[in-house]
Amino acid sequence: MNCRSEVLEVTVEARQVEEAILSLLHTILLHRSTGKFHYKKEGTYSIGTVGTVDIDCDFIDFTFVRVSSEELDRVIRKAVSEFKDALSNSGSDGMGQISLEFYQKKKSRWPFSDECIPWEVWSIKVNVVNLANEQERQICREKVGEKLGEKVINVVEVINRHEYLPKMPTQSEVDNVFDTSLKDVQPYLYKITYQITDSLGTSVSTTMRRLIKDTLAL
Amino acid sequence: MDSELSPQDKRDLDKFIKFFALKTVQVIVQARLGEKISTRSFSSPTGSDWFNLAIKDIPEVTHEAKKALAGQLPGMGRSMCVEISLKTSEGDSMELETWCLEVNEKCDKDIKVSYTVYNRLSVLLKSLLAVTRVTPAYKLSRKQGHDFVMLYRIYFGEVQLSGLGEGFQTVRVGVVSTPVGTVTLSCAYRTNLAFMSNRQFERPTPITGIIVDHFVDSPCGGQRPANMAQPCNYRATDREDVGQLAAVQDSQEVCTTSFSTSPPSQLYTSRVYYPPLAELCHPAANPNQALHSGKKYSNVLTSVHPPPEADTHLTVDQAPNTPFRSADDKGLSQSEEERKVVGRQSISPCDPVESLNAISRKVGAFVNKPSTQIKAACLDLPFAAFAPRGLDFGESDPMLQPPDSPPSLSPLQASHVSQGSEGSGNQDDFVMVDFKPAFSKDDLLPMDLGTFYREFQNPPQLASLSSQTSSQSMANDLDSLPEKLAIYEKNIDEFDAFVDMLH
Repeated sequence: MNCRSEVLEVTVEARQVEEAILSLLHTILLHRSTGKFHYKKEGTYSIGTVGTVDIDCDFIDFTFVRVSSEELDRVIRKAVSEFKDALSNSGSDGMGQISLEFYQKKKSRWPFSDECIPWEVWSIKVNVVNLANEQERQICREKVGEKLGEKVINVVEVINRHEYLPKMPTQSEVDNVFDTSLKDVQPYLYKITYQITDSLGTSVSTTMRRLIKDTLAL
Repeated sequence: MDSELSPQDKRDLDKFIKFFALKTVQVIVQARLGEKISTRSFSSPTGSDWFNLAIKDIPEVTHEAKKALAGQLPGMGRSMCVEISLKTSEGDSMELETWCLEVNEKCDKDIKVSYTVYNRLSVLLKSLLAVTRVTPAYKLSRKQGHDFVMLYRIYFGEVQLSGLGEGFQTVRVGVVSTPVGTVTLSCAYRTNLAFMSNRQFERPTPITGIIVDHFVDSPCGGQRPANMAQPCNYRATDREDVGQLAAVQDSQEVCTTSFSTSPPSQLYTSRVYYPPLAELCHPAANPNQALHSGKKYSNVLTSVHPPPEADTHLTVDQAPNTPFRSADDKGLSQSEEERKVVGRQSISPCDPVESLNAISRKVGAFVNKPSTQIKAACLDLPFAAFAPRGLDFGESDPMLQPPDSPPSLSPLQASHVSQGSEGSGNQDDFVMVDFKPAFSKDDLLPMDLGTFYREFQNPPQLASLSSQTSSQSMANDLDSLPEKLAIYEKNIDEFDAFVDMLH
C-alpha cells in the first residue's frame, strides 16, 4: 500500500508558529476523527457525536475549527510546543518540519513487535522569519491568515478526494486503526514527529544517520 | 439507473441528501452569525445528530430551508443555493458569496449508501465547517453590528452568480459520489469589495446596549415587496432545548445509524430509523414558485446579544461624553471632532433643559482673563467648571468687554481679545464658562495652570517691533552706517585673517 504524503509550507513569525501549526493539525484531525464507536451484538456499531469549536488565533488574523475534545487539544498543543521549543533552541535559521502521520497497526507474532504502517502523512514545513517593525508584523498577521486559509482549502481538497482509508475494523481490531484512548472522540491512529533543519539545510536526523552509516562503513 | 438501487437504499439516500442539505444551510448560516460556534462532543450517539456531527438546528433556518426545498431534493438543474449578502445601515446591499449544493448525473453504482456515502457526507460537512471560516465573508461577519448586517437567502433552482461582481473566486468544498449522482458543494465568493472601501468596517470598539433591530422593516400597508428582507433573530439556547425543539419538529426523523463490520459481500445489517413517507413527501404549496429563480426573500442574521466584537458607528451626537472616535475613523478629522466634542462639554449634565436653552460658550483659548476673575469657589466635582454660571461672569466677560490691548502687528494677536479695560454690555444671552485646564486646582498653588496659561498667552511685544520706535531706530541705523563702515574698512585685515582661519 502506498502511503499518501502531503506537504504544506508556511512562513511565519516566531510568535505565530504555534497557532499556524495548530490550525493545520486540527483541521486535518477534524476530518480524521470520528465519534466513539459503540459495538453491539451482531457485528454492528454506532458512532458518537463529534462537536466542533471555533478558535480565534491571537497572532494571526485567522479562525480555525477543531474537534471539541480538550484531551486531544492538550496532546496536540504539547507536541507543537515541543517543536516550537526545539525550533527556537536549535540555533538554526528557523526552519523545521513537523509531521502528522496516520498509521495502522499490523499485529506481528512474538517476538516481533507490531508493525506500524503509515497510510497518510501530512508534513508542515515551517520557515521562521524576523520582522523589523510593527507595521511589517501587522501585514504579516493578515498575510499569514490568508496563507493558512489557502492551506485549509488544500487540506480539504486532498481529503475530499476520498482516497484510501482503513477499513472499518471489528471490535477486536479497533485499536489497530483508531486511537481509542480519548473519552469523547476517536481519531485514526496518529503520531507527530518533527525535525529541525540546521543552517546547512540538512536535517539533524539525516546528519546523524549519515554519521552512523559512515562509521559503520569504515 | 435506479433499478439497481434497492428501495431501502433509495429511501436512505434521499433521506441523507435531504438532511445533508438542511445541515449545510445550518452550517453556512451559523458561520455568518458573527459569533464563535462551540458544540460538545458526546461519546454516545444521541439519535438526533445527523452525520455524527453536533450541528445545532436554528428553527427559523430549518424552516426557511424546507420552504425553499418545498419537498424536492437537489438534482440536475435544481441546485440548492445559500446566498450571503451584506446590508449597510444606509441601505446599500451587496452579495458576498453563494454556496451551492448541486447533484449531477455522474453516478457510482458500487458505492454503499448507508456506510460510505453517509461517512463521506459527514466528512464533507466537516470540510464545510472549515471552509466557511476561511472565505472573506467570515471576517466581515464577525464585525457586523451597527454599521452593517449579514443577510442570507436560500433558493432552489439555477445558480445565480451575477451579483458577485467581476472576478469572483470559486472554491470547491468537496464531492461525494452516490448511486444517483455526484453531490458537489462549492462556494463562489466576491473579491471586488470596491463599494465597501469607503465604508468603515474596521471598528474594534464595541458599544453595549445597541439594539440590533434597526433594519426591521415594518410592513407598509400590505404593500410589502415579495423580496423584502425578513429579520431572523436567533436566541442561543442550550443544547437540550435545541435538541428538544428539533425532536419536536422532527420527532420521527430519528437518526440512529448502526453500521456493520461484516465484509461488504455479506448483507449488511444497517438500519436507519426514519418515519413514514408522509414526512418525506411535502407537496409544494406552489410548484411554480418553487422553481422560480427570482429573489424570494432574504433573512437577516442578527443575534439578540450584540457580538462582543461588533463594530459600531459612533457619532458625536450620540456620545457626547466620548472624546474621540476609533483611531481608524476616516470620516471626521480628529480636530473637527475635538471642536465638536469640546462644544458639547460646555453643556452641563446637571441641567439639560437649561443648558439646551442657554447658549453655552467657552472662553476662547487666547482670551486673557485676569486672575481675579477666577472663581475661588472651585467645586471638586468633575467638569464642574463647565456648569453654566448664569450671569456671574457677565460683568467681566472679556468676550463682551474686550480689555484694552497694546496695538498689535501680529494678525493672530489682532484677532484675539487681549487685556484691557472693562466695559458693560449685554450679558443676558451668554453663559460664561471659566477656563479650567483638566486636573488643575486653584488651591494648590498661588498661580494655577490656567492662570499661568492665560497670563503668558499674550506676552508683551518686543520693543524692536513696536511701530513707534521702529522708525526712529531705522533712522539711527542709517545715520550710524557710514561710521560703522569706516570702522570695518579699517579693520579689514583682521577680518581677512579670521576668514583664512576658517578655511
